Amino acid sequence: MQSSAEMITPVGSETLVKIRNLHYARGDRVIFDGVDLDIPRGKLTAIMGPSGTGKTTLLSLIGGQLAPDRGSIEVDGQQVQELGRTALYRLRRRMGMLFQSGALLTDLTVFDNVAFPLREHTDLPESMVRDLVLMKLQAVGLRGARDLQPSELSGGMARRVALARAIALDPMMIMYDEPFTGQDPISMGALVQLIRLLNDALGLTSIVVSHDVQETAAIADYIYVISGGKVIGQGTPDTLAKTDSARVQQFMQGLPDGPVPFHYPAPDYTEDLLDA
Amino acid sequence: MALSRSITLRRIIRKTCWMLELIRGLGRSGFGFFETLGRFNLFLLKILVGIPAVLVRPRLLIAQLFSVGVLSLPIIVVSGVFVGMVLALQGYNTLVDFGAEESLGVVVALSIVRELGPVVTGLLFAGRAGSALTAEIGLMKATEQLAGMEMMAVDPIHRVIAPRFLAGFISMPLLAAMFSAVGIYGGYFVGVGLLGVDEGAYWSQMQSKVDLYNDVFNGVIKSVVFGFVATWIAVFEGYDTVPTSEGVGRSTTRSVVYAAFAVLGLDFVLTALMFGD
Repeated sequence: MQSSAEMITPVGSETLVKIRNLHYARGDRVIFDGVDLDIPRGKLTAIMGPSGTGKTTLLSLIGGQLAPDRGSIEVDGQQVQELGRTALYRLRRRMGMLFQSGALLTDLTVFDNVAFPLREHTDLPESMVRDLVLMKLQAVGLRGARDLQPSELSGGMARRVALARAIALDPMMIMYDEPFTGQDPISMGALVQLIRLLNDALGLTSIVVSHDVQETAAIADYIYVISGGKVIGQGTPDTLAKTDSARVQQFMQGLPDGPVPFHYPAPDYTEDLLDA
Repeated sequence: MALSRSITLRRIIRKTCWMLELIRGLGRSGFGFFETLGRFNLFLLKILVGIPAVLVRPRLLIAQLFSVGVLSLPIIVVSGVFVGMVLALQGYNTLVDFGAEESLGVVVALSIVRELGPVVTGLLFAGRAGSALTAEIGLMKATEQLAGMEMMAVDPIHRVIAPRFLAGFISMPLLAAMFSAVGIYGGYFVGVGLLGVDEGAYWSQMQSKVDLYNDVFNGVIKSVVFGFVATWIAVFEGYDTVPTSEGVGRSTTRSVVYAAFAVLGLDFVLTALMFGD
């Protein structure tokens, strides 16, 4: 198998996010152990891997909510971990993030949720804010739901509203944290299409973190597979499907056991049972 | 045989090591306590830095003043009336033995303005507004709303915490003043209306014996301090919560318990400083 250092993106386009030798641990648990990856500008890159491998943590590291123990994370030429609060917030205004739960503000209507970043970061007149919000809601098909409260939305609708909010400031990049989890087939189909469509129509760079292999592979330009704190495979969806790496194949085909173990690390079973 | 010996040996080691575990646990708790204390103080600094941003956007503050202050009024007013009425009943029964029932107004007013107004309001405030603040902020954290704000380059301490802190700080003295006012009227209702104390004596003795600086002003200082501390604890517990339903529940309980301890402890300290000599 190739080492992760040899596997840096072959896509060839300009790199927006460059991660080198990333190390991150929570207590004694190592999450990333020397990860290298590149996110090309204007493309849709998927980060995949089994649950608990730190995919969401990776997004938090890219967004500067967490700091790496070692290594570097560069976004649009800026070292995220070295930025002060003001510079970090300036960078975040150009990033959008779609949380798994949607993270809508529950005391605001759908309209006010989408208007939130516009009102916080711009001095636009209310009439223009209204137009922009309606345009963003139209893009996600929820213009008619503008007066609803977040509690009145289904899970899929909440994520689409969150998506409208994430694109409100026309960011350069959007990060999607498990966008397909818990969706019915119709919502899933709508989200899959929307993510691809918005990426192409708005000229965004998208990072989709997911363990939904089929849906993600259908729209991704490039995929990284992470497991055990390392990048275990990468490539276009087609090349990954044909890879001879047992670990990648196990994940792509959803096999319960294999090189990525079924069991969480534990002491010897017999000794554990006798150790009363 | 070998396995049995190994298990016995392990049990012996475990028994002899319990002391070491205890010491280690104590050390961990100690470090944890000081770490939390440090975060608690740093959190206040961040809030104070965020206060000017709230002042230029009064809409945020007004919404919180309504939620924290106005919505707490019913419990404060009802409690104030009953505390005043009970004080009048108890005070009258004692004073009448000495033929000093005309001093009922002074007894009621001093008890409420100096002590019961700030303290009972502080405890009720922690129970009603403080718990609501903790639960609301904790749930915002658990549902990733605070993280979402951060990723939208909006500082949740400025946007969410500082307005709530300032609203609590402003509301508490006003609520305590309201408590004291209705408490004195509660005492009037029982003392003058039901027990027959002279109305003129009730008010005039109160007017002559209650000192603006020593009594009223010191009571106001207490309520300001209690409001500051109770709100600080409430917003910190919410922001620092473990983002699960159990975590939010625990934080809400802690918020009320710690605020109640803080109010009672600080009341003793402030009373000693104000009236100690």
